[in-house]
Amino acid sequence: MISLENVSKKFGTGVFAISDISLTVERGEFVFLVGPTGSGKTTIFRLLIREIIPTQGSVVVNSFDVIKLPNKKVPDLRKMIGVIFQDLKLLHDRTIIENTILPLEVSGVKRKEAAARAEEVLSQLGILEHKDKFPVQLSGGEIQRAAIARALTLSPQILLADEPTGNLDDETSWEIVKLLSDINEKGTTVIMATHNADIVKRLNKRIIELKAGTVVNDRKGHKVNHKSSEKDEKEKPAVTEESRKSTETSSFAKASADKQNREQSETDPKKEEHLREKDKKAEDITSDFEEALK
Amino acid sequence: MKFIGITWKNIRRSPYQAIAAVFIMMLTFLAFSIFSFIIFGSSRIIAYFESKPQVTAFFRDEARQEEIDELAKTLKESGLISSVKFVSKEEALNIYKEQNKNDPLLLDLVTAEILPSSLEISTYQIEDLALVSDTLRKSTIVQEVVFQKDVVATLTSWTSALRKIGLAVVAFLSLVSLFIMVTIIGIKISQKRTDIETMRLIGAGSWYIRWPFILEGIFYGLVGAFVGWFISVGTLLYVTPYLSSFLRGIPLFPISPIILLQLLGIEVVVAIVLGAFSSYLAVLRYLK
Repeated sequence: MISLENVSKKFGTGVFAISDISLTVERGEFVFLVGPTGSGKTTIFRLLIREIIPTQGSVVVNSFDVIKLPNKKVPDLRKMIGVIFQDLKLLHDRTIIENTILPLEVSGVKRKEAAARAEEVLSQLGILEHKDKFPVQLSGGEIQRAAIARALTLSPQILLADEPTGNLDDETSWEIVKLLSDINEKGTTVIMATHNADIVKRLNKRIIELKAGTVVNDRKGHKVNHKSSEKDEKEKPAVTEESRKSTETSSFAKASADKQNREQSETDPKKEEHLREKDKKAEDITSDFEEALK
Repeated sequence: MKFIGITWKNIRRSPYQAIAAVFIMMLTFLAFSIFSFIIFGSSRIIAYFESKPQVTAFFRDEARQEEIDELAKTLKESGLISSVKFVSKEEALNIYKEQNKNDPLLLDLVTAEILPSSLEISTYQIEDLALVSDTLRKSTIVQEVVFQKDVVATLTSWTSALRKIGLAVVAFLSLVSLFIMVTIIGIKISQKRTDIETMRLIGAGSWYIRWPFILEGIFYGLVGAFVGWFISVGTLLYVTPYLSSFLRGIPLFPISPIILLQLLGIEVVVAIVLGAFSSYLAVLRYLK
C-alpha cells in the first residue's frame, strides 16, 4: 500500500512542486496520475523512491516509512519498486540485456539466473531479438519496452511508469498500456503518469488528477477485462509508419524540452513565470482529462 | 567476479587514463625498488666491514707471547669483542705472499723477521672500536693500531643519508601517485555520474557502485608495482657483472632471488594499499 499524507515539496527556489497532497493507493490497484506539465506527477514518483524528501508530510510505501528510512535501507525500498523513468535512464554503453540484468545484478542474483530472467522478460515484451543491441540501435518503442523490461525484471510489487507513452505513436502507446494493464492483473500495483487523455478514457481505471501540485480530482475506476485482446485490436487506431515516426520525434522533443524546463525551474527563478504560463496553456489538456472524468 | 568484469570494462574504455595511472605508479615503485637495492647493498657492505677484523694491533719485535696472550685475554673479558685472532710473523708472511704472488720481486725482499705479529680484533658494535683502539694504544707491547673506523663511519653516514633520501623520494612519489589516482578515478566517476545515478535509483547499494572504482585503483597499483619491479630487477641483473668487479671481495652478488621476491611481495602489499586508499578517497570525494 502507498500512502501520502499532507505531503508538500518545496524546492530551493521557493516553488512548491506539490502542496498538501494526501492519497492512498491500495495493493494491486492501477492508477492514472494525470495533469499538465509541472503539476507534480514526477515529484510524487521521486518521493516514492526517495530520490527527494518531502518538506512536510509522510510517505509510506508498504512497510517502509520513506522519510525515516535509513540511507542503507533505501536500496531495499527501490528494489521493491520498478520505475519506468520519463527519460528512460537506460545505460547507453550497455546492451539491452545488460540493462535488463542490472537490477538483478545489484540485488546479487547469480549471473546465469539473472540472464535467464532477463531473457524471459525481454521475450514477454517482444524484444528478445534485440537483446545484444545497444539502446541507440533501437526504435523509440523498442527502447521504451527495454525500459519496461528493466523495471519488471525484479518482479516489483509496485510499478511507477512516468509518461511511458510520452514519445510513442498511438498504436505503440496502446500496446505499452495494455502491457502495464496485464502486469497489474498479475497483482502488481501500477501508477502511470500520463498526458494521454485518450488512453485514460479507454481504460476505465482510477484517475488522480493533479493541478499545480494539488489533487483536484480522484475518481475510482471499474475493473475491465484487459485480456479481451480482440476488442483491443479493433480499438487500435490506424496509423501509418510515417505518422508514427513523426509523432515519436515531435513527442520526444516536447518531452525533452518539458523535462529541461522543469529541471531549470528548480534552480532558476526566472523560468518559474514561463512555466506558469505554460501551465495555463496546459489547461486545454486538463479539460480533456476532465471530460474523461465525466 | 562481476566487479572484476565491470572494472576491466572501465579500464579498457579509457586506456589513456589507465596508462597515465600505471605510469605514475610504475615510477613510484621503480624508485622504491632502486632505493631498496641501494639501502640493502650498502647495509651488506657495512655488515661486511663490521664482520671483518676491524682493529689490527701490530706488536713490537720484543713483545713476548705471554704478554700478547694476556692482552688478548683482557680484551675478551671486556665483553665487547666478538673475535680475536693472533697472526704470527710466519702467518703474516704467508698472507703477504698470497697478496703479492704475482710480484716475485716484492716476495724476495721480505722475510718473516721484518713483519710484525698482530692481533685482529672484531667488536660486536662498531661504536666500541674507538674504546678497543685506545686500550690497545696504551699497551707498551703494541707498536701500531690500524682500524677501519673511517671507512665504516663514512659508509654508515652515506647509508643513513641514502635511507633518508630514499624515504623522502618514495614518500613524495607516493603522494604524487595518490593525487593523480584520486584525479583519474574522480574523472571516471564524473564521466559515469548519470549511470551511477541510474544504478542508485534502481536499488544499487553504495558498495556496488564503489567496488569497481576501488578495484580499478588496486589494479593500477599492482600493474605499476610489477612493471617497476621488473624494470629495476632487469637493470640490477644487467649491472651485476660491473658492480661485482667494482666491489671485489665483498660478498654482495648475486642477490638472492628470495630477497627480490620479498621486495616484490612488499611492493604488492604497498600497491594494494596505495591503490585502494587513493580510489577510496576519490569515491568519498566524488560519490557523496
